[in-house]
Amino acid sequence: MTEPMMKPPKIATSPVVWIRQNLFSSWYNSLLTLVVGYLVVTSVGPLFNWLFFDATFLGDEPSDCTGTGACWLFISERLNFFIYGFYPDDLQWRVDVMFGLLALSFIPQFIEGFPGRKWFGLFGLTGLPVVGYFLVPGGYFGLEVVESSKWGGLMLTLILAYIGIIASLPIGIVLALGRRSEMPIIRGICVVFIEVWRAVPLITVLFMASVMLPLFLPDGVNFEKLMRALIGITLWQSAYMAEVIRGGLQAIPRGQYEAADALGLGYWKKTGLIILPQALKMVIPGIVNTFISLFKDTTLVLIIGLFDILGTVQSTITDPAWRSVAIEGYVFVAFCFWIFCFGISRYSQNLERKLDTGHKT
Amino acid sequence: MGNTMTEQTQAPESLNSVPSQKDESSAIIRVEGMNKWYGDFHVLKDLNLDVRHGERIVICGPSGSGKSTFIRCINRLEEHQKGKIIVDNIELTDDIRHIDTVRREVGMVFQHFNLFPHLTVLENCCLSPIWVRKTPRKEAEEAAMEYLTRVKIPDQANKFPGQLSGGQQQRVAIARALCMKPKIMLFDEPTSALDPEMIKEVLDVMIELAGSGMTMICVTHEMGFAKTVADRVIFMDGGEIVEQAPPQEFFSNPREPRTQKFLEQILQH
Repeated sequence: MTEPMMKPPKIATSPVVWIRQNLFSSWYNSLLTLVVGYLVVTSVGPLFNWLFFDATFLGDEPSDCTGTGACWLFISERLNFFIYGFYPDDLQWRVDVMFGLLALSFIPQFIEGFPGRKWFGLFGLTGLPVVGYFLVPGGYFGLEVVESSKWGGLMLTLILAYIGIIASLPIGIVLALGRRSEMPIIRGICVVFIEVWRAVPLITVLFMASVMLPLFLPDGVNFEKLMRALIGITLWQSAYMAEVIRGGLQAIPRGQYEAADALGLGYWKKTGLIILPQALKMVIPGIVNTFISLFKDTTLVLIIGLFDILGTVQSTITDPAWRSVAIEGYVFVAFCFWIFCFGISRYSQNLERKLDTGHKT
Repeated sequence: MGNTMTEQTQAPESLNSVPSQKDESSAIIRVEGMNKWYGDFHVLKDLNLDVRHGERIVICGPSGSGKSTFIRCINRLEEHQKGKIIVDNIELTDDIRHIDTVRREVGMVFQHFNLFPHLTVLENCCLSPIWVRKTPRKEAEEAAMEYLTRVKIPDQANKFPGQLSGGQQQRVAIARALCMKPKIMLFDEPTSALDPEMIKEVLDVMIELAGSGMTMICVTHEMGFAKTVADRVIFMDGGEIVEQAPPQEFFSNPREPRTQKFLEQILQH
């Protein structure tokens, strides 16, 4: 070819050209742009007005809420209750320490190259629950006892979700492996456990735990209501987790098992070094999905009289001292849940990227 | 494609300096009257085979003849139902300890490599020495690097298997098996899943290994490889050993009609 090579098409950079090409390229696109534009202006505008511009942020008492927008004063005034429930004011530092440790364990996970972030994460999964076990209820090292009936708000939500999550993962792994075991008794036990727990709604589990379980227990043996709820949530969640993990186990090619066998790795080494790392990595999206749904399902403890963050908000929005603040309350709860669930989701994407070894089969 | 490897691929002279430990008297693998069924299907019929120390055996035959199943029985990836398999003086039974002992001494290379995709090449090689042989990590890594050098890919040690070509992956798989310092190596169609231009690099490594005196059983369709390195070629068909002979005799003067037909098909196309 003697002709000079064609130059690549020139890419328009002017905003006017961009708008014409993308928003007004034909008569129906122009119409759509106008309609959507109108909807955005008429709905987002008032929303922002309500959320921010007309809202009341400053003040001391309900009567300061004079604007036509949201009364965020309600949230800031009651924030202590929403976070700690009835936990005594002078002992709240103990909970604050736990919040701090939680942040310390997991915020480094989002920062690429943070020195020793693996150890922070490991502490979050192992040390943190132990510290919490001594610190939050008290009764050890001269710490004053705080009954679990006084716990509430965000703190209770986090305790339920966190313990449910970190306890259900290992139990789920064991159940998933058991269900694929060649030993009929172990397999049978796991199948029955999974199918029974997965077939009941969480509400039923919570009712059983709080109302019926005490009837079956011998006199003198008595768990706290919170403990019973935790056990119920964990076992219920483990059944779901087991099935998610089993999906990953089944996706591992047979060749991986055979290669591990041929190298003389026994069952446990094969499972721990070869099969589980790959299976868990493969089902990270499923595991995270389960975590997030558990996090939100913890709100159901409201029905057995535990005041999680939604419970604390719900019990205060009817306060006659304030004008109607239900929307503010629910928006606040939704925002809190969104922050945590979005964090979990982002972390899992981060993890998936990090664990990607370029092997796609 | 059977003729791609012919006399031009000789074992390098230097590697023959390793003394081959051929002990004519004792068999390292002994298979006696072995039978295997998949349900009602009789897949292996009355197999008998003695393999001497340092012997290099090539098993060939049409697909479905049971040759892969046969070598997979030797490290108990498949279970046999009747007869005996004795590897390195240990009989393979249901006893898991015996199976583990045998597997430590028998390396295997698979058609589809079966490398562990979540571990680097070096970690793939060190895994079993560290966890099964209890070799200190540093020592295991040094040994692994030696074997990776031997299969000519020391520079890929810190990559993941997914980043390597098929031929490279198969060479890593060979190095991984060798890191356990096995007495016997089994190859289950090691070049069948490779692109033609990568077959030679894998066969070269195998030829080198054969020159070092390793006991090898290799299921393959590479007749050039069989001619070059095999002490004995075994032809299987329909779950039976039809014929076995040294390669010159096997290729030039096959006795059984089934062998003749197979060789005609594989060598003339």
